[in-house]
Amino acid sequence: MKNEFKVIANLLSENTRVLDVGCGDGSLMSLLEKEKGIEVRGLEIDQTNVQKCIHKGLSVIQGNAETELHQFPDRSFDYVILSQTLQAFYDPSKVMNELLRIGKSVIVSIPNFGFWKVRLKLLLFGKMPVTKTLPNTWYNTPNLHMCTIKDLFIFCDEKSIKIKKVIGVNEDKTSYIKKSNLEIKNLFSKVGIFLIG
Amino acid sequence: MPSLAGLFFWMNEKLENIKKLKVSNSLKLDCGKTIKNFPLAYETYGKLNSNKDNAILVFHALTGDQFVAGTNPITNKNGWWVTAVGPGKAIDTNKYFVICANVIGGCMGSLGPRNINPETNQPYGLDFPVITIKDMVRAQESLLDHLGIKKLLCATGGSMGGMQLLQFCSTFPDKTFSAIPIACSTSHSAQNIALNELARQSIMADPVWDNGKYFLKNVQPKNGLAVARMVGHISYLSEKGMQEKFGRKLQEKADYEFSFNADFQVESYLRHQGYAFVERFDANSILYITRAMDYFDLSKQFKGGLTEAFKGQRTKFLVISFSSDWLYTTKNNKDIVIALNAAGANVSYSEIVTDKGHDSFLLDELNFLKTLKGFIDSMHEKFKNEK
Repeated sequence: MKNEFKVIANLLSENTRVLDVGCGDGSLMSLLEKEKGIEVRGLEIDQTNVQKCIHKGLSVIQGNAETELHQFPDRSFDYVILSQTLQAFYDPSKVMNELLRIGKSVIVSIPNFGFWKVRLKLLLFGKMPVTKTLPNTWYNTPNLHMCTIKDLFIFCDEKSIKIKKVIGVNEDKTSYIKKSNLEIKNLFSKVGIFLIG
Repeated sequence: MPSLAGLFFWMNEKLENIKKLKVSNSLKLDCGKTIKNFPLAYETYGKLNSNKDNAILVFHALTGDQFVAGTNPITNKNGWWVTAVGPGKAIDTNKYFVICANVIGGCMGSLGPRNINPETNQPYGLDFPVITIKDMVRAQESLLDHLGIKKLLCATGGSMGGMQLLQFCSTFPDKTFSAIPIACSTSHSAQNIALNELARQSIMADPVWDNGKYFLKNVQPKNGLAVARMVGHISYLSEKGMQEKFGRKLQEKADYEFSFNADFQVESYLRHQGYAFVERFDANSILYITRAMDYFDLSKQFKGGLTEAFKGQRTKFLVISFSSDWLYTTKNNKDIVIALNAAGANVSYSEIVTDKGHDSFLLDELNFLKTLKGFIDSMHEKFKNEK
């Protein structure tokens, strides 16, 4: 189980309604249903993943989050989760608005482009970095809008989005990120998890 | 081949031996008329287990009937959904108890325009009341009491079967644990109505139809009915599917005949489908059932719109559409999902990518059948736990 999923699960209280946008094969949904008894719905674009979710008895809607979030009513979920997908949308800002409309709170995680290995690779080799978290090359990556944890902090400030909690994840290690330790955490976190809204 | 009149006589004799429930409750139809003591023909497959948690109700489409699986005893052909229902199939009859009833207005044993009108001692013909999807569904509900089933594990249906299912869930919200509407819609579009009107007009334009009184001469307006069926068959295939299947291929000939015989394979196919159909279906039934489909409008029944129709639903839904279906499009099916979401219902949705058009739900479409099986099996586990 990805450490990121455990962190997300710990952010959620029981008896809440959760929408997992880009739920993949339903791993996080299964975890939340089994361990927290939370009612989770998923949105997933890939037919094979949708099938896997359905076989697990999970509620999943096949669709594209970029264009089809409008089907969910305002504030119809306590939490909306978007795990490592924000950077893949054509218009991340529009998607973010939709997430904040649907959910009372939103949990967004991003692969951190500010991680030291990523920075170092670009600096030393002068090529777009390929790492475990970012395994694609520049021409076939789904990640159109790579950003850092710091970028997302600034984004939330500019859009007046309330940041409730930010957690940095580096393998098994997790730590809270605040503005006071942002520079250093932005360097040493592979993934950033934001609780906002 | 026996003559058509003889064939129908023979069919009617066979129809005496199929399962029928005499519905004694009177049923007030949407049109205002009341029917009572009417026959509802049905068939079941598999066994109801002692916990009664394995019952699945199937609603059939326009030209379907109660014979879902195995061999249809009337036509001696495969049941209409053998691809999905049977021992070891996606809807496994070794595990589940599958029920299907012939809709009222139909011609496979349930009350329809071919039945005798007690007031005239003649078949109803056009004296048969105009029925709706809701009437069909309410008529079938009595079957569950008869079979001793309080709550179904699942109810499903494609096309008009899906419309009946949506009506069923909305009218009887607590009768099924899960539901799978397939390739359907909550109301007919102008194009849907236009295609049905084309089917009806071709029947009515056949002089044999005689205002629906053809039964007096023991004949069937087979030319009109065959054309009506051809219209249907065109709408069940996608453009690409049709092109791949037939293209411009000629029917067992090297070149054009310079005549109006069936030169092209697609013509031959349509003629075959059309004229095979008249042997098993009643022309007046097509008029009545297509009318019921056209009148269907779930949001019209509920002043607050579709969301209202699904308010308070505890049933778990799986909506399925097919990417190349232009009769009941992905958009039509997504609208159902949106309404269910807005009502806060539990809904899953999958669009199966295929070139085979609306017909896909009747075909050996692997991804569709896998999805169907995965959902029903997982719902069975949940339903057992809930019970």
